[in-house]
Amino acid sequence: MKKSYDVVIIGGGIVGCAIAFELAQRGRRDVLVIEKGYLTSGATGRCGAGIRQQWGSVLNATLASESTHIFENLEEYTGYNGSCGLNQGGYLLVAYTEKEWQQFHKNLEVQHSLGIDAYAVDLDGAKEIVPHINTEGMYGATFCAKDGHADPFHCTFAYAKGAQKLGVDIETYTTVTGLKVENGRIHMVKTDKGDITAKLVLNCSGGHAAKMAALINEELPIFPERHQILISEPVAHIMNPMVMSFHRHFYVQQTPHGSVIMGIGDPTEPVSFNTRSSWQYLEENAHIVTQTLPAFRNLRVVRQWAGLYDMSPDRNPIINEAKDALGFITVAGFSGHGFMVAPRTAILVANHLTGQEDNLDIKRFSADRYRTGELLLEPSVV
Amino acid sequence: MVINGQDIKNQNTIVCRCEDITRGYILKCIEDGYKTLDEIKRVTRAGMGPCQGRTCRQLIAQELSRIYGVPMEDVLMTTFRPPVKPISLGALADAYGEREGKA
Ligand SMILES: Cc1cc2nc3c(=O)[nH]c(=O)nc-3n(C[C@H](O)[C@H](O)[C@H](O)COP(=O)(O)OP(=O)(O)OC[C@H]3O[C@@H](n4cnc5c(N)ncnc54)[C@H](O)[C@@H]3O)c2cc1C
Repeated sequence: MKKSYDVVIIGGGIVGCAIAFELAQRGRRDVLVIEKGYLTSGATGRCGAGIRQQWGSVLNATLASESTHIFENLEEYTGYNGSCGLNQGGYLLVAYTEKEWQQFHKNLEVQHSLGIDAYAVDLDGAKEIVPHINTEGMYGATFCAKDGHADPFHCTFAYAKGAQKLGVDIETYTTVTGLKVENGRIHMVKTDKGDITAKLVLNCSGGHAAKMAALINEELPIFPERHQILISEPVAHIMNPMVMSFHRHFYVQQTPHGSVIMGIGDPTEPVSFNTRSSWQYLEENAHIVTQTLPAFRNLRVVRQWAGLYDMSPDRNPIINEAKDALGFITVAGFSGHGFMVAPRTAILVANHLTGQEDNLDIKRFSADRYRTGELLLEPSVV
Repeated sequence: MVINGQDIKNQNTIVCRCEDITRGYILKCIEDGYKTLDEIKRVTRAGMGPCQGRTCRQLIAQELSRIYGVPMEDVLMTTFRPPVKPISLGALADAYGEREGKA
């Protein structure tokens, strides 16, 4: 670690590592990534790593589908010699209310306008895709065969190693403790291992982003929210797609390795940095998921854990330069879907920082939208 | 393989029995620059199987201790996560039913 860098990135999750790689690709290589634990120790290493293109807004569908194309050959893209574990078994989104079912049809119109190959199926069609699904109470489902999931560790390591090969430095087990502004510009990052001056500082600290911004007295509406998740022992392959319901707040997928990963959302979860597991969660998750997928009753859970969603008011990311500390840019607020959009979001940020054109308008992501009311509204989030 | 000037033997010994991970693979990861149990667990899946690392955690810690020259007690342990012993979703779902039924 040197005493001075062109760019310092705070946070070694997929967002920070992908931005480091894209910056280096564009010639900005005097970059340091600082991570307080190991790479992926935040939300990235705790996430379901689902990748879906079946979104309801043009913006999210675009980000996710262009990111999917990158995930499809991330190894080659970054020069990684491991496997990033992409498994495109599709996503079966099931509708449990009439309103949801109507919304799914509107979403399909958006997806089709972008060339995303998703379609609606009736209950028999759903059973053809997942033969053991219990369709009781369902109106129908939509399916996109190119949706799937990847290995969040290897995807992040791929970006990180790719960035390092291009000259980026990564310092793990190093905590940012302070920030210094001089003449209205960010000037210094203080860490437990020493101070570093920088021209640009990117705040990619996920659920900690608002706390980080508060160090320069910037107020950002990003809130940490615990989400729990569990995994089973590996079993024979019985389910290809991810099965997901917004109404019942669950998602379930079987990894190529055979383990089944599942999670449920709790609409009453308070804002907090709590990442502990609860037994109540374990039982409720089992109850909800075995109603739709009774075949999983015999499946044995081996591990449960929790991570933080970095929530924003309209549940979409905030990419924002601080007014009183120019050069301090926050990229956070991904609200539970930051893994799947990270590749394209990193390109957007890197294009902006290297003066290259991009067909997406980065200004739309600024926190100003909460003042002007031009929110990034998305009908389909878990 | 030679790591830090030492010729490493017994590379095919299985370190993590649940996930079939050999000592050679663990040493390769260390050589690739992964420094902690947490990282090695995530790259290799060692410790993610049904026994949740009861055996391999200590074995990998020994390698890290030897190669980096730090005492065993200073090697950072991974978090021990519930439910400790595998338990079926059916049993958990029934427990939920009972809990809610009584409430
Ligand atoms: C249970 C769960 C399931 C999820 N499922 C999905 C899914 O299926 N699909 C999907 O797309 N997304 C999913 N997500 C969301 C996804 O994990 C996140 O949106 C994404 O990982 C965000 O990446 P990030 O790099 O911004 O944040 P993080 O991975 O949280 O990285 C931020 C990093 O900053 C570090 N940091 C914080 N403070 C400091 C400091 N002071 N100094 C140094 N470093 C610091 C942290 O240690 C952390 O590693 C899920 C999240 C959870 C919790």
